[in-house]
Amino acid sequence: MSGMSKIVKTSVNILFPLTMIFGLYVIAHGHLTPGGGFQGGAIVASGCAMIVVAYGSKWVFKQINEKRLSTFESIGGVGFITVALLGLVFSTVFFGNFLAGSNLLFGTTPATGSTGADFNTGGVLPLMNFAVGVKVIAGLFVIVLVMAYASSVKEWDT
Amino acid sequence: MGMEFLIANIIVLILTVVASLVAVLLRDLLAAAVAMAAMSLLLSLEFFILQAPDVAIAEAGVGACLSTAIVIIAIKGTKRTEDE
Repeated sequence: MSGMSKIVKTSVNILFPLTMIFGLYVIAHGHLTPGGGFQGGAIVASGCAMIVVAYGSKWVFKQINEKRLSTFESIGGVGFITVALLGLVFSTVFFGNFLAGSNLLFGTTPATGSTGADFNTGGVLPLMNFAVGVKVIAGLFVIVLVMAYASSVKEWDT
Repeated sequence: MGMEFLIANIIVLILTVVASLVAVLLRDLLAAAVAMAAMSLLLSLEFFILQAPDVAIAEAGVGACLSTAIVIIAIKGTKRTEDE
């Protein structure tokens, strides 16, 4: 699939950073606001699909290595299960929230009552959101990328 | 749950059905893909009215963006108009 016109490319150049920032915001604030790893990952993958549609899959294949996307997806899944197993080690149960209330990473106890949202809370939930986000970004982006590349190859339609 | 809630609900649902009917009836497949994206966006608005913002974000991201991109890529690989 080849690239599109200059108007589409300029629009995508403007919209792509905003989409990235919004998607990463949804992932990072998954324990405070609606959304989370899957939703934010779908938004970021939509931005990447926008790049694929505007610039063409051959250009995107020159920029990135698709094997690395498979590695990123594996890192997401392994990270999720690793955090869950760390809950089995440091806490008592699988998926145990061992970081909540420990004053370490994301470990502040949230104030009671009607206060502003504290980002540094939630225990292991933000870590799991990051893991799911990486997995969903890599998985959905590689689906769109391989679909675009395979539909542009003309040799193997017999 | 006031009266305006009910009216907004009914309007959005009617527009969703209209958009899906347009997507079925159109012969131009690219326009049908855009109509499906509009249907997905209206459905995510309906989810937001029903106070499920999580599902609304997922529907807007996957339904309105990613599936539309995949369908447009498939149309670019094949023909644009549907045969009679």
